[in-house]
Amino acid sequence: MASHIRLQVARYRPEQDSEITFDEHEVPCPKDWVVLDGLNHIKDRIDGTLSYRWSCRMGICGSCGMSVNGEPKLTCATFLADYAPGPLRVEPLRNFPVIRDLIVDVGDFMRKLARVKPWIVRQAEKPLAEGEYLQTPEELEEYKQYSMCINCMLCYAACPIYGLDPKFIGPAAIALAQRYNLDNRDEGAAARMAVLSEHEGIWGCTFVGECTKVCPKHVDPAGAIQRYKLTAAVESMKSFFMPRGA
Amino acid sequence: MARSHVYTDYHPRWLRRNLSTYWWLEKRAYLAFILREGSCMFVAWFVAYLLLLVRAVTIGPGSYAQFLEWSAAPWVLAVNIVAFVFIVYHAVTFFVAAPQAMVVHIRRKRVPSYLVLAGHYVAWAIASVFVSWLLLGA
Repeated sequence: MASHIRLQVARYRPEQDSEITFDEHEVPCPKDWVVLDGLNHIKDRIDGTLSYRWSCRMGICGSCGMSVNGEPKLTCATFLADYAPGPLRVEPLRNFPVIRDLIVDVGDFMRKLARVKPWIVRQAEKPLAEGEYLQTPEELEEYKQYSMCINCMLCYAACPIYGLDPKFIGPAAIALAQRYNLDNRDEGAAARMAVLSEHEGIWGCTFVGECTKVCPKHVDPAGAIQRYKLTAAVESMKSFFMPRGA
Repeated sequence: MARSHVYTDYHPRWLRRNLSTYWWLEKRAYLAFILREGSCMFVAWFVAYLLLLVRAVTIGPGSYAQFLEWSAAPWVLAVNIVAFVFIVYHAVTFFVAAPQAMVVHIRRKRVPSYLVLAGHYVAWAIASVFVSWLLLGA
């Protein structure tokens, strides 16, 4: 087993660069080191100016997503040994503007996410005295998969549609909208439909399916979008044939 | 810097990268997707071909014989073979994608995706047997 691996790390220093360049470093490659450990080694021992985001180191916070040999990956869950002896190329996530080095701006997603109201919407809250909104395990199962999203943006980086049309709402925002649409405590499906059934909503998706393949939490955003296409089509037919409601 | 710094949604110093025109050649999965989308053209071709056949049959035996002769031309044969390969690819990739889009419940229990997929293949087999019987047996 190789003791070291060559890492090619993307650099973009906005005060001096107009394009991405690559720095190459040799880092240790013990079997339990992930790409993030390699980056931390570079920052601590070789070049302290390297910038990247990370926090939890255990696939929960969703902040260390980067492009590893062209594939969107959580760097805390991608082992260096799998790529030894390298070279291993680490770049900022695709389809997002680069702020510095490996840091991208995800503001576009944050604005889109708010538009789909990713919270439980109630027409009227019941009094506290009546207790909790109870749910059966089957009702929980309906949306649980979509609630696993950690907003890591790997799905946006894998989606060529988002790369071609930045107005597309995108996989994670639609999956999170479905997480609430399928929750039996929620009453906000009609409000979300106005946003989701826009041209840049679900209909922008052509089912490439890569969002689902790269998702580290098995959320299946592509499935969520296709399911919602069916819902939106049925609702549209209903409103056409029964304009006054069923 | 000469100009004052104004905050915008798209900061001028951020690096904005455009997707290459040939993005679909960068990954096998992207190429498979483009071929799947492109296969729709061959579906359209088979529809047109079928309509031409119906039209020839409607006009009379002479026209039908002419249609068969035209169909036997090497280039029509070549187009039909390529179209058939793409149609099969279209059907298979469509079936693979179907369980993701179709969530079926029976008695409040979700039907596993492999059964949804199997259902598509069974329906395909039944339709093929029926068409074969219609053409050869009846």
